[in-house]
Amino acid sequence: MSTTYPNGFPYVRTFFAWAIALLLFFPLLWLGLTAFKTEMQAIAVPPQLFFTPTLSSFVEVQQRSDYLLYAKNSLITSLVSTILGLMIAAPAAYSMAFFRTKRTRDILMWMLSTKMMPAVGALVPVYVMAQTTGLLDSLPALIIVFTLSNLPIMVWMLYSAFKEVPNDILEAVRLDGATVWDEFRHVILPLTMGGIASTGLLCLVLAWNEAFWSLNLTSANAGTLAALIASYSSPEGLFWAKLSAASLLAIAPIIVFGWFSQKQLVQGLTFGAVK
Amino acid sequence: MTRLLPRALMAPAVTTLFLWMIVPLAMTIWFSLVHYNLMQPGEKTFVGLENFHYFITDPDFWPAVLQTLELLGAVIVITVVLGVGLALLVNEPFPGQGIVRVLLISPFFVMPTVNALLWKHMMMNPIYGVLAHVWHFFGATPVDWMTDLPLASVILMLSWQWLPFACLIFITSLQSLDREQMEAARMDGANALHQFWYLTLPHLGRSIAVVVMIEMIFLMSVFAEIFTTTGGGPGNESTNLAFLIFKQALMNFDVGVASAGALFAVVLANIAAVFLIRMVGKNLD
Repeated sequence: MSTTYPNGFPYVRTFFAWAIALLLFFPLLWLGLTAFKTEMQAIAVPPQLFFTPTLSSFVEVQQRSDYLLYAKNSLITSLVSTILGLMIAAPAAYSMAFFRTKRTRDILMWMLSTKMMPAVGALVPVYVMAQTTGLLDSLPALIIVFTLSNLPIMVWMLYSAFKEVPNDILEAVRLDGATVWDEFRHVILPLTMGGIASTGLLCLVLAWNEAFWSLNLTSANAGTLAALIASYSSPEGLFWAKLSAASLLAIAPIIVFGWFSQKQLVQGLTFGAVK
Repeated sequence: MTRLLPRALMAPAVTTLFLWMIVPLAMTIWFSLVHYNLMQPGEKTFVGLENFHYFITDPDFWPAVLQTLELLGAVIVITVVLGVGLALLVNEPFPGQGIVRVLLISPFFVMPTVNALLWKHMMMNPIYGVLAHVWHFFGATPVDWMTDLPLASVILMLSWQWLPFACLIFITSLQSLDREQMEAARMDGANALHQFWYLTLPHLGRSIAVVVMIEMIFLMSVFAEIFTTTGGGPGNESTNLAFLIFKQALMNFDVGVASAGALFAVVLANIAAVFLIRMVGKNLD
C-alpha cells in the first residue's frame, strides 16, 4: 500500500512529529521498562536500556496488595457510573437540545459551574453523609460520586451532539405521530451514536482515573487502582521497580482501551465547537 | 406534546445535581460558622465569622490564591499553544501518522496518581531520575525539582497530561477546516503565516474556548498531583487553594476553618464561571 502526499514527501514534518511523539511518550515507555527491572537495575547509573526482564516486581505487587480486587473495583465503578450517568444525562440533554428555552444555556452553565467547586470543599459533608448512611468504603458511594461529578460534562457533550440533528427530520417524525421514545430510539440514537459513544468513553476514562474521592472515601474494601497507587507513594517511594509494576498494571487497561477507541473518542470530542 | 415533558426529562439530572450541590453547601455554611475541630469533640459553638477571618489572614492564603491562578494560567497557555502547534503538525498525512497520534494522546489516559509518582521519582529525582541524567549529559548540575521548582514541577506534570487532550480537540476541529478555502488562499499568494492567522486560528477559536473552559474546570481544584508529590511544599510554595483547604481539614483537623475556605473557593469558582459564560457561553448555542 502506498500513500501519496499532496505536497511531496514530508521529511521535516515526519521527523518532528515522530520526535515530539516519542518525547511525550517517553515517560510511559520508561515506566514500562522499569516495571520489568530489578530494584537495583531500576536505579542504576547510567540508566539501563537493555537488561534481562524479570516479572518479580509484578509478583510482589500482587502478593503485597490484592491487585485484582482493586482492578475489579475500578472496572465496576467506572462502568456503572458511566452507564448510570448516560441514563440520567441523555434525557436532560435531549430536553435541552430539542425544547430549548431562554434558560437552557443558564442551566447548562450552572451544571458546569458545580464542577468547578473544589471537591475538597465538599469532602467533610460527603464524608459525614457516607458515614451516616453506612456507605463509607463501599462501591455504591463511589459510583454515586463518580456519576454526579461526571454528569455536567456528560450533559454538555450529549447536548452538543443532539443539537446537530436537523430539526426538519424531527418535525417529520413528529408529524407521523411518533412518540418521544420512538423518536429517540429510531432517529436520534442512530444519528448521534458517535457523540454518545465518545461521551461514554471520556467519562469511563475520567472515572477510572478519578483519585480524590477514591483516596478519601475508601480504604481496604472499595479502593480503586488510583487509590492503590497512592499507597506506593511515600514509604516505598524508592522501590521504583515495584512502583512501576503497580502503575503499569493500573494504567495499562485504560491506555490500551484508549488506543483502540481513539477514533471513536475523537469524533465526538467537539463540545459543540465544530460546526 | 405537553409542556411538562421537557421538564420531566430534565428532572433527574437537575435534581441530583442540585442536591449534590446544595446539601454539602448547606452543611459547609453551617460548619463555617461554628467551632468544629475533629480533635476537640463536644459542643459546636457558634463563632460567627471568626473562621473566615482566620482562613483569610492565614499567611498561606494569598500565596495559595496566587498559585492556584498561576498553575491554571500556565497550564492553559502551555497546552493551548503547544496543542495547536502539535495538532497542525500531525494533521497532514505523513508516514506513521496513526502511531504518532496514539503515542501523543497516551498521557491523557494516565491517572493523576501515577502521573505524579512517575514524574516525581523516575523523571525528576535529582540523583537517579532521567532528567538528572540528561542534565549530566549536557554537563549541567541536575535540578532538585521538588525542592527548588515545586510549582513548576506540578505545572510540567499537568501540562504533560492535558496537552494530549487539547491536541485531540484541535485535531477534531482541524478536520472540518475548509481545504478549498486554504487552497484558494494559497493561490492568492497568502503565505503559511497568513493562512494560519486569518483562516486556521479563527476556525480553531471555538475549540480553544472549549479547551480553556474544560481545563479550568479540572485545574481549579487540582489535588492528587500536589498531594502525591510536593505535599504543598516546601513551605507553601506549591500549595493551591484546594490543597490549603485539605490541609486545614485533615492535617489541622479544623473543619470550621476548612469550611470557610471551601466557601471562599465556591465564590472564586462562581466568579470564574461568570467569566467563562461571558467568554465561551455564546459558543454553546
